[in-house]
Amino acid sequence: MTGTPLIAAPAVSPGLDDAARRFAAKRRRSLYVGALVFAGLAALPYAIRDVYLQNVLVLTLLYAALSQSWNILGGYCGQISLGHALYFGIGAYTTSILFVTYGVSPWLGLGLGAMLAALVALAIGWPCFRLGGHYFSIATIVIAEAGLLLVQNWDFVGGAMGVQWPFNPDSWATLQFARDKIPYAHLALGLFVATWLVTFGVAESRWGYGWRAVKDDPAAAQSLGVEVFRSKMAAAAISAFFTAVGGGLYASYVSYIDPESVMSFRFSLLFALPAVLGGVGTLWGALVGAAILIPITEISRSYLGGTGSGIDLIFYGGLVMVVAIARPEGVLSLFKRTRAARNEEG
Amino acid sequence: MSPDPSGPILRVDDVTLAFGGLVANRDVTLDVRRGEILGLIGPNGAGKSTLFNLISGVYRPSKGRILFEGTDITRLPPAERCRRGIARTFQVPRSFDSMNVLENVTVGALARHPTAASARRAALDTLERVELTHRAEAVAGELTPPEKRRLEVARALATGPSLLLLDEVLTGLTPSEAKAGVALIRRVAATGVTVIMVEHVMEVVMPLVDRAVVLHLGSVLTQGLPADVVRDDGVITAYLGERHRAA
Amino acid sequence: MTMQALVQVLASGLLTGLIYGLVAVGLSLIFGLMDVVNFAHGEFLMLAMYATFGLVFVSGLDPIVLMPLVAALMFVLGGTIYFGVVRFAMRAKANQGMVQIFATFGLAILLQGVAQYLFTPDYRSLQGSWLGGKTLDLGGVYLPWPQVFGALVSLAAFGGLFLLMTRTDFGRALEATREDQGAVALVGIDRNRIFALGWGLGAALVGLAGAVLTVFYYIHPGVGGAFALIAYVTVALGGFGSVFGALAAGLIVGLVEAATAVVLPPSMKSVGVYALYLLVVLVRPQGLFGRL
Repeated sequence: MTGTPLIAAPAVSPGLDDAARRFAAKRRRSLYVGALVFAGLAALPYAIRDVYLQNVLVLTLLYAALSQSWNILGGYCGQISLGHALYFGIGAYTTSILFVTYGVSPWLGLGLGAMLAALVALAIGWPCFRLGGHYFSIATIVIAEAGLLLVQNWDFVGGAMGVQWPFNPDSWATLQFARDKIPYAHLALGLFVATWLVTFGVAESRWGYGWRAVKDDPAAAQSLGVEVFRSKMAAAAISAFFTAVGGGLYASYVSYIDPESVMSFRFSLLFALPAVLGGVGTLWGALVGAAILIPITEISRSYLGGTGSGIDLIFYGGLVMVVAIARPEGVLSLFKRTRAARNEEG
Repeated sequence: MSPDPSGPILRVDDVTLAFGGLVANRDVTLDVRRGEILGLIGPNGAGKSTLFNLISGVYRPSKGRILFEGTDITRLPPAERCRRGIARTFQVPRSFDSMNVLENVTVGALARHPTAASARRAALDTLERVELTHRAEAVAGELTPPEKRRLEVARALATGPSLLLLDEVLTGLTPSEAKAGVALIRRVAATGVTVIMVEHVMEVVMPLVDRAVVLHLGSVLTQGLPADVVRDDGVITAYLGERHRAA
Repeated sequence: MTMQALVQVLASGLLTGLIYGLVAVGLSLIFGLMDVVNFAHGEFLMLAMYATFGLVFVSGLDPIVLMPLVAALMFVLGGTIYFGVVRFAMRAKANQGMVQIFATFGLAILLQGVAQYLFTPDYRSLQGSWLGGKTLDLGGVYLPWPQVFGALVSLAAFGGLFLLMTRTDFGRALEATREDQGAVALVGIDRNRIFALGWGLGAALVGLAGAVLTVFYYIHPGVGGAFALIAYVTVALGGFGSVFGALAAGLIVGLVEAATAVVLPPSMKSVGVYALYLLVVLVRPQGLFGRL
């Protein structure tokens, strides 16, 4: 039905070939950088002997992975969810209940929880993706709160009491390690690598282009053939899937969960913030943001927050506010700017 | 089914669009011939842009049908219409501002290409065509307004349309930019693409189009050859008001 | 259920609903004016409660007397926050929506921290208001005076707001901006001034609600969260930007909550409200009186 050979270029000009080559080289470079960073991160827990710092590392990697998951929906597709604690909770509870009550391997639990979360995300997306911008964000808050309320009052999953994992010998089969934090660091890193690879692969695919177009201008996107609703649904499902895996891992790490400790609103915020801080819709924003935010949070909580003085909150809130206003593209954009400036000069 | 090659590429059949009590288009009927450049003109608020929105699927008409290549597309969503060969630009350019120029055009090219890699190639090719290759890696948000218009055209072209809707793409350009724009539209039309263009400035658009349709207060006032339309009393009145007609 | 019990539920639902309307209206007003959701709205309420608490502590006066002063202070705070934070957040070229959300979120956390620093995280409550603990007996239907008073304040505030919006230049400017952001420039109104006034007014309204609440609700740095959630639901239900939609939706939320509390255990009293919200999102996403 096209009837026009407009696209079929007769001969590829050297400029085009050059551009394609540059593009491929850039992609390869990203992968090399990724491999290098991941190797370094895998070795890092051995270099840190202090258990407290190892804990900070585990949390940093876990939040990097969770924020990267959030980033797929919020950063790439532009649908700012403030209710991802729901998916986190679904992952944590599915894994815990299946393991504690039915003796199902946590590995299987992670997968089932993730699939359940993806389904829930689709069910929520069905009505909510008709809502624009702020409407969507607020709907996610309310739905997550409703979920929290339900879990608190649902005796089968322990109600407000929560679920305690039994004490078992250290094992990769049950994902339980009583003293050793290194396996958890590797699990969290593994999840981050998975989310990074998904993002890397998707970013330059049909889906990735669709998501970014939807984020910038949904009306223009659909005029260009992008299925806006379907794009959002796909992003939501993938995002919820990995968030739930993170929830399951977190449950195995802390080995005790209750509704407040996995589903409260601050988690939804904590998943969004690293990506926002580092740079939304970027490959490395979530990790950079988590590497800044989580140590600050943990350390300020230990040294400033213990007294309940509120200084940690003032600092934290101030940081979020200032970054949001002064650096809406995140701290990563600082480096990009300087590189672009250098290129301009060179 | 194969569309009748001699029939109109687009038929707007007695279409009315009302928002509450406000009628934006009333009983609009028009045929667009295959391969022509059709000018859609009329004063502000005549319903030109809403008619574009009806053809591209942003709005559904309250009454009437829209046929494209002989098929009723009245109820199809915009994305599906794009895949069938209708592409458009927006009156106020709506580039994807966080993406660079090449990525913007790649989004359009993906409507026709199965993989991002082949879409990217097609996008680069389209950029050559509209002479934007030198800005391929510039972030769209940082383009100048004329560049943004050019990008919009490139993005629409990349979808491989058989019908292209251009909404005031020549407005606000310097004479030399407008000249380049006219040349581009001629080149596009020469490849067999049917073009409908909404324009405000009659001087620019009249020499370019094969036929002109004048909208006034949401309805078709008159249509015909540009030369006839310009001399039409009703058009002059609608455009310039009574006092100019006397002069 | 006896007739009397039914009336009791209805009456307390309506009283709570009027207060919810007052809590929510500032949020809707600011959104209608400039398309910004203030995610620190709950913290404004919290600050107003602490302001009342602090003023009572210092002056020894009754919170009811101090209410206008609290509202005035909140007005100043709202305007200041517009000039100090929101104005800059609105300048962002990239990620506009995200910047607004996280700038006001950061502000919310910061304000919580400030409250915790100044007043400690302890729960507080005000004793010794004239109204505290008194009930109004209407032929066997008992209504606590603090709530009755709060409802009256809410009605008065909505009445005042109505006059303001229909009888003053500010109100007309507000209406013009709601219709069309560009209109403000055309009419020759200073955008910054009208936005700052809008933030001041929004904060003052939630400030009134905060002052009223101190008489019968505990005070805590995190108290804003619970009310913010109700405010979002109320505004979403009434329609973002609709001032009187907030009043109607507040009443509905209050009634639904009271009715739920009859059927379900107290810890689940919000379930009915959430369910109603979901229903509205499904059926009429723009809310009862809103525009998409």
